[in-house]
Amino acid sequence: MNLSKILKNAFLVVIFGLIVTACATKKSVKTTTESSSTTTKEAETQKADPIEKLDALMQGDVYIGSDTVGELASGVPDRVFFATNETILTTASRETLRKQAAWLRQNSNVTVVVEGHADERGTREYNLALGERRANAAKDYLMTYGVSSDRIKVLSYGKERPVDSGSNPLSWSKNRRSVTVKAN
Amino acid sequence: MRNKLLLLYVFCVLLKPNISYSLVEIDITRGNLDPLPISVSPFFSDEISKEKIKKNLDIDNLGIEISKVIENNLRKTGLFETLNKESFLQKPDIAHLKPRFEDWALIKSQVLITGKVTSKIINEKDYIRIEFKLWDVLGAKMVDGFSLTTVPTNWRRVGHKISDKVYERLTGESGYFDTRIIYVSEEGPKTQRVKKLAIMDQDGFNTKYLTLGNELVLTPRFNPTNQMVTYLSYFRNMPRVYLLNIETGKQEVVGDFPGMTFAPRFSPDGKKIIMSLAKDGNSEIWVRNLETNIQQKLTDHPSIDTSPSYSPDGKYITFNSDRSGYQQIYVMRSDGSKVKRISFGKGIYGTPVWSPRGDLIAFTKLHKGKFFIGVMRTDGSGERLLTENFYQEAPSWSPNGRIIIFYRETKTDDKGEGFSAKLWSIDLTGYNERLVKTETDASDPSWSSLLGN
Repeated sequence: MNLSKILKNAFLVVIFGLIVTACATKKSVKTTTESSSTTTKEAETQKADPIEKLDALMQGDVYIGSDTVGELASGVPDRVFFATNETILTTASRETLRKQAAWLRQNSNVTVVVEGHADERGTREYNLALGERRANAAKDYLMTYGVSSDRIKVLSYGKERPVDSGSNPLSWSKNRRSVTVKAN
Repeated sequence: MRNKLLLLYVFCVLLKPNISYSLVEIDITRGNLDPLPISVSPFFSDEISKEKIKKNLDIDNLGIEISKVIENNLRKTGLFETLNKESFLQKPDIAHLKPRFEDWALIKSQVLITGKVTSKIINEKDYIRIEFKLWDVLGAKMVDGFSLTTVPTNWRRVGHKISDKVYERLTGESGYFDTRIIYVSEEGPKTQRVKKLAIMDQDGFNTKYLTLGNELVLTPRFNPTNQMVTYLSYFRNMPRVYLLNIETGKQEVVGDFPGMTFAPRFSPDGKKIIMSLAKDGNSEIWVRNLETNIQQKLTDHPSIDTSPSYSPDGKYITFNSDRSGYQQIYVMRSDGSKVKRISFGKGIYGTPVWSPRGDLIAFTKLHKGKFFIGVMRTDGSGERLLTENFYQEAPSWSPNGRIIIFYRETKTDDKGEGFSAKLWSIDLTGYNERLVKTETDASDPSWSSLLGN
């Protein structure tokens, strides 16, 4: 074909590329803040420089801070965190779950739902399965500490309910979690 | 709804071509950098028809609107260059009767589409009759055409049917314009997205919302044989696979399972649904026959087995498993036997979806922090990555297996803002990547088969 037409087509492609880029630019979406999360520790860690802050909040890939942590009961944290693609409970997670189990044994009329969550860096369907696996890891641990299985339901949300809307390793570590929620 | 879908063919094959022609032909197996110049002459209407149609649809000149639908469809394939109407020398009504081919050749048009819209009354009801002709300018002859009569509100579908005819005639492949896309509409902040099922025409028009957003809904998929949809709903906080009739709005839970069911997909004959059941920390693949209500477990492994998809002949199932340690793609017979891993490239693989042509499997791949949509042969060879981004997944094939639609999410900024989810499409060739416009943010697209009459 003749040169002018080829040039013209190339031009059209460029124009189209610009339109697509323009369309892809999105207005920002407001995020909600956690209501039950503020502790004094959070205030301290926020003053540290970014890398120290990250070290203080993550051990390897697992979140160990407390700024997103709510409570199942006074002094009993409601959630535990996981490494990427993992369902293994860390030492800290096991301690949290033992506190939950102790509290549940004292309050034998309470039933709970353990919600399992994944971060956004996986396909939706796989994350639903992964969330279910994480919730069951927590449930199994509660059961070994004397909470009967009929008091614990599991519910996987996959990547559907992040607590932190950021797109960075720290945010993702906060979202890889299981949360024990009172059901009654 | 059913009334709207009713298309009355009065005489469909009115103008059957009697020639073979080799001048105008498009090879769509390669990226087309030299699109075919095509003119869509505005369809013309007489004044009486115009007035009637305006009363029915509140559209001044329906012929122009129909030609826009066709033009838009053809241009977006990347295979055609639709020429500017300003340059047309011949009037629409005359061109439709007999084009002066020299005039169209002069503006370098190789193909010409003309048409006519008239109003009609049948049994005291208003109808529209649309006639179209496809002309080969260089060969100086008509190569195809038809006319059909339908209720006025159906006019966009007529434009799509004409587009399909043109596409089929010029590429030798079946079209995909008279189709719909079901997807999940998303609104609200990233931490509290409200999701609804939504359906629209393939070109983004006629959006309808099928759920209210009261409960989380995910992964709708069309039945390839009718207008049924299967999807995941968190109704009453019990995530289960549902079956929805989009014409009646009736829905029901699929099967009676002791845990979360998810990742549903129909069998090619539309009579079965395959899905995952997650229980006690383990996800397995199950199939449920919708006619016999017999359900059967297909995988048996302590790993996560999910995202199953049938081959078009129904003999095989491809799925996603992390039994090797990470997500990889597997193929097995549809009875669950002969499980074989097929993905061996670097990175992790998910969401395998068998092409309607049977020869390829589309997938999502995560490698070095980037997400890719790609295709591979059904034995895992010939892996080809079509597009790379921060986050994208959930490929779904156009019914002719030439285009893949998927969704893409944006990275948020330091404050966690700037999140969006959009539908995109890309040709199998890796060219022609396009944003698919939706009224809201969107994810989990599923492309319907060609609609019937």
